[in-house]
Amino acid sequence: MISLARTPKKLLALVPFVFLSLGMGLQPALAVDEPEQTDSATRPSGDPIEQALIDLKGEDAAARNKAAEVLIEKGDASLIPRLDEIREMGGRAVRQAVKPVVDVLKNRANLASDSPDSRRSAASDLASTGRKEAIPYLKQAAEKEQVWWVRYTMEESRHFLELNSGDPAVQLEAVKKLGELRSLNSVTALKELVEAAQQADATDQQKILAAAAEAAIDRIESWSSWASAIETLFRGISLSSILLIMSLGLAIVFGLMGVINMAHGELMMIGAYATFITQQAFIAWLSPDVFDWYFPVALPVAFLSAALFGWVLEATVIRFLYGRLLETLLATWGVSLILMQAARVYFGDLTAVIAPGALRGGAQVMVGVYLPYNRIFIIVLSIICVMGIYFLLFRSNLGIRVRSVTQNRNMSACLGIPTRKVDSYTFAFASGLAGIAGWALTMVGNVDPGLGQNYIVDAFMVVVTGGVGKLAGTIWASLGIGGLNKLIEPVSGAVYGKVFVLVGVILFLQWRPQGLFAAKGRSADA
Amino acid sequence: MPEPVASQQNSRETVTFYLLGFIFLIVLPLLNVMPSEDSWLHVSDFRLNQFGKFLAFAVLALGLDLIWGYCGVLSLGQGVFFGFGAYCMGMYLSLQIGKESVYGSELPDFMVWTQVKELPLFWYPFKSFIGGFFGAMLVPMLFAAIFGFLAFRSRIKGVYFAIITQALAFAAWLVFNRNETRLGGTNGLTDFKQLLGFRLSDPSTQRGLYILTVLALASSYMLCRWIVASRAGKVLIAIRDSESRVTFSGYTPWMYKLFVFVVAAGLAGLSGMLYVPQVGIITPAQIGVLPSLEVVIWVAVGGRGTLIGAILGAVAVNYGRSVLTNYFPEAWPFILGGLFVVVVTMFPDGLVGMIRKLSERKKTHTPLIKAEGSTAA
Repeated sequence: MISLARTPKKLLALVPFVFLSLGMGLQPALAVDEPEQTDSATRPSGDPIEQALIDLKGEDAAARNKAAEVLIEKGDASLIPRLDEIREMGGRAVRQAVKPVVDVLKNRANLASDSPDSRRSAASDLASTGRKEAIPYLKQAAEKEQVWWVRYTMEESRHFLELNSGDPAVQLEAVKKLGELRSLNSVTALKELVEAAQQADATDQQKILAAAAEAAIDRIESWSSWASAIETLFRGISLSSILLIMSLGLAIVFGLMGVINMAHGELMMIGAYATFITQQAFIAWLSPDVFDWYFPVALPVAFLSAALFGWVLEATVIRFLYGRLLETLLATWGVSLILMQAARVYFGDLTAVIAPGALRGGAQVMVGVYLPYNRIFIIVLSIICVMGIYFLLFRSNLGIRVRSVTQNRNMSACLGIPTRKVDSYTFAFASGLAGIAGWALTMVGNVDPGLGQNYIVDAFMVVVTGGVGKLAGTIWASLGIGGLNKLIEPVSGAVYGKVFVLVGVILFLQWRPQGLFAAKGRSADA
Repeated sequence: MPEPVASQQNSRETVTFYLLGFIFLIVLPLLNVMPSEDSWLHVSDFRLNQFGKFLAFAVLALGLDLIWGYCGVLSLGQGVFFGFGAYCMGMYLSLQIGKESVYGSELPDFMVWTQVKELPLFWYPFKSFIGGFFGAMLVPMLFAAIFGFLAFRSRIKGVYFAIITQALAFAAWLVFNRNETRLGGTNGLTDFKQLLGFRLSDPSTQRGLYILTVLALASSYMLCRWIVASRAGKVLIAIRDSESRVTFSGYTPWMYKLFVFVVAAGLAGLSGMLYVPQVGIITPAQIGVLPSLEVVIWVAVGGRGTLIGAILGAVAVNYGRSVLTNYFPEAWPFILGGLFVVVVTMFPDGLVGMIRKLSERKKTHTPLIKAEGSTAA
C-alpha cells in the first residue's frame, strides 16, 4: 500500500514526468469527456461510491484515505464534477485527499481522448500521481493505442508505477522494461533503487533489483547521450536557420552597396510587430474560428511593412551616404536606436504572439528526441528563403542586374543599368526579408523591442565570416556559427559560447581574411 | 574628408585649448569655492563632479578620435578598454573599503554574498595603488595589443573591423555580467570609501580628483597632438586616406594601426580610471555595445579628425544628456539616434567643422566657388 504522504525524495523522482506533461503544453482538463449526469444520480444509496464520497468529506483522516482508495479503484470521470464540488467546499485536508482522486480519474478518462497529445500527457500525468491503481488502465490503453509515441509513454508510465508495486517479480520486470524502453524519466527512480540496496539492511531482493537497475541506467544513459547529441544538432540547425534568414538580407545589401545596415535587427522587429498587430486585428474584428489564419495573413503584412520602411530608409538616409561605409553604419545605428525606443514607448516591453494551432507542440521522432514544430517550421522557412533568393538572384532579370552592380557599379551604369533603382529595390527586398525573419521569430519567442539586438551581433559575424555577396558563404557561415553556439552552450553556457564564437571568428579571419568565399581578382580590394 | 591641417587652424586650436584649459582648470573650481552658495555664479559640488565625469569621458573620446578621426579605423569596442581601466581602479578601491564594508569583512561585499571565501588570485595586484594605477593603463593596452595584432595583421579593416570590435564589446559585456568572473556581476563594483587615505565623500577630495582629471586630459591632449604632428601621424592620416598607396610606398600600415590602437586603449583605460572614483560605481552597463557607440557620437558631434573636437563633443553631448534626461527621460534614445543620423548625413565634420566653415565664409568674398573648388580637388 502506498500512503498518501509521500517522501520528498519520491517526489523528486516524479519531477521529470511533471515537466514532460507541462512541456506538452496542453490542458488536460479541456479534454475531459462530458460527464454523464444521469449516471451518478441513479445510483442506489448503498453504493460504495456514494459512501466514499460522504467519507471523503468527513473529519476522519483514515476514513478519508480509505474513501480515496475506493474512489480511485471504482470511480470514473463522471464523478469529477462532484469531486470538484467537494474540493471547493472542503478544508485543506479534504482538498489534499480529493486531489489525487481527481487527478487519477481525469487522466484515466483522458487516456481515451481523441488527441494523441492529450492521451500522452494523461499517461505521463498518471505516472506522476504515483497511484498504482492506474496500472491496469495504462496497460489496457497501451494495447489499443495506435500512435507509437503515445503507446511508448503509456508503457513507460505503467512500468514506472510498477516500480512501487511491492511485488519483487513485477519490480524486476519493470526495471528491465524501463531499460529496454530507454526511459529517461525514470532514471532518478532507478537510482533510488540502487541507493536503497547500498544500505546496510538491504535484502537480497533489493540487491538483485539494484543490479538490474544499474544495467538499465547504463542502457538509458548511453541512449540519452545519443538523443541529446541529435537534439543539440537540431537546435544548432534551428539557430542557424534564424541567423541565415537574417544574414541573407544583410549580406545581399552589403555585397551590393557596401552598406552595413545596423537597423536590420529593427526591421526584423517591425516584421514581428506587424505580425502582432495582425493577430490583434484578428482578435478584435474576426471570429475566433478563423483566428489561426492570422499567421499566413501576417506574412505579406510583415514583408511589406518592413520593405516599405527599408525603402524609406534608403531614400532618406542611406542614399546620401554612398561610398562612406562607416558613416552608413553609424547612421543606421541611430535609426535602430530610434526604432527601438519608439517600439518601447508604443508597445511596452512584452508582447506575445500566440502560435497558430498547427505550430504548437512537436514531433516525437525517436525515444527522447522531441522536435518542436515551430523550430521545424523555421528550418523549412529558411530553406524556402534560400531557394527564393537563389531564383531571384540567378534566374531573374532583377537578379542579373543586382549581380552586375555588385561586381562593377560603374561599368553597369555605363551599360545602362539604373544602379540607383537597383539599389533601392534590393534594399527594400532585403528589408522585407528581415520582416519575414521577424514574422518567423514570433513563433519562438516574445516580441519585444530588443528582439533585433539578440541576433544582430551573430548575424554580422555571419556576414563577416561568409564573405561579401556570396550566397554559399552566408549559408555555410550561419551553419558554422549557429552550430558552434549550440555546441558550446551545453558545455560552458551561452555566454562563453558567444565568446568562443568571437575568438573562433577572429582566428578564422587570420586564415581567410576576406571570409569563406572571397571575391577574386580586381574586385577583391574594392 | 577633412582638409589638411593648416598652421592657421593649428594656432586657432591651440588658442581654444588654452581657453578651455583656463575655464576648466581655473574658472570652474574657483566658482565652486569662491562665491556664496546662493550666488548664480556658484558651481555646486555636484556640477563640478559632473564635469569631472564629462572630462574623463573626453579622454576616452580623444583616444577614439586618434584611431578613427586620424587613422580611419572605427573601433566600436572602446567601451571595453574603458571598462578594463575602470574595473582595475574599481578593484583597488573595493579592497580599500576593508572593514568598513557592510559585512565588516576584508573581502568586497559582493564576494561575501556570492560566498567567495578567499580573494581570487587576480585581485592581489590591486591591493596596492601602484597595481591599480598601472593595471588600469596596462591591462587595456595589453589586451588591445593582442586583439589588434590578430585583427590588423590579417588585414581586417573598415566595416569588418567595426563589426569585430562590436562583437568584442558584446562579448565583454556578457562576461562582465557573470558572477563567476568575480567582478561583481550585474551590480558591478561600488560603495567605495577612500583613495590613498582621502575620503571619497569629501568635497575637497572630489575637487582634487576634478583637477587631476583636467590635468590628465590636458596631457592626453598634448600626447595626441604630438603623435599627430609627428612623422607617424602623417602616415596615420595617409592610411586613412588611402591605405593601399601607403602599402605601395613601402610602409606597413598594420603596425601603425596597432600602435595607435594601443595608445587609444591606454587613453580609454586612463579615462576609466578617472571615472570610477568620481562616479563611485562601475557596472557592466558602462562597457556594452551602446556605451561604446556613444563614444563615437561624441567624436562625430565634436568633429572627427580634430582633437579639440573630441573634447568639445564629449562635454557637449554628455552635458546635453544630463540636462535632457532630467526633463524628458524617455526622449534621450530618440535624441541620441537622431544625432547619429543628422550629424553623419549633414554635418560630417561636426561642431569644429561648422565653426571653421563659418569663419572661412566671413573671410572670403566668394565663399561658394572656393568651397566647391576645394572639394573637387
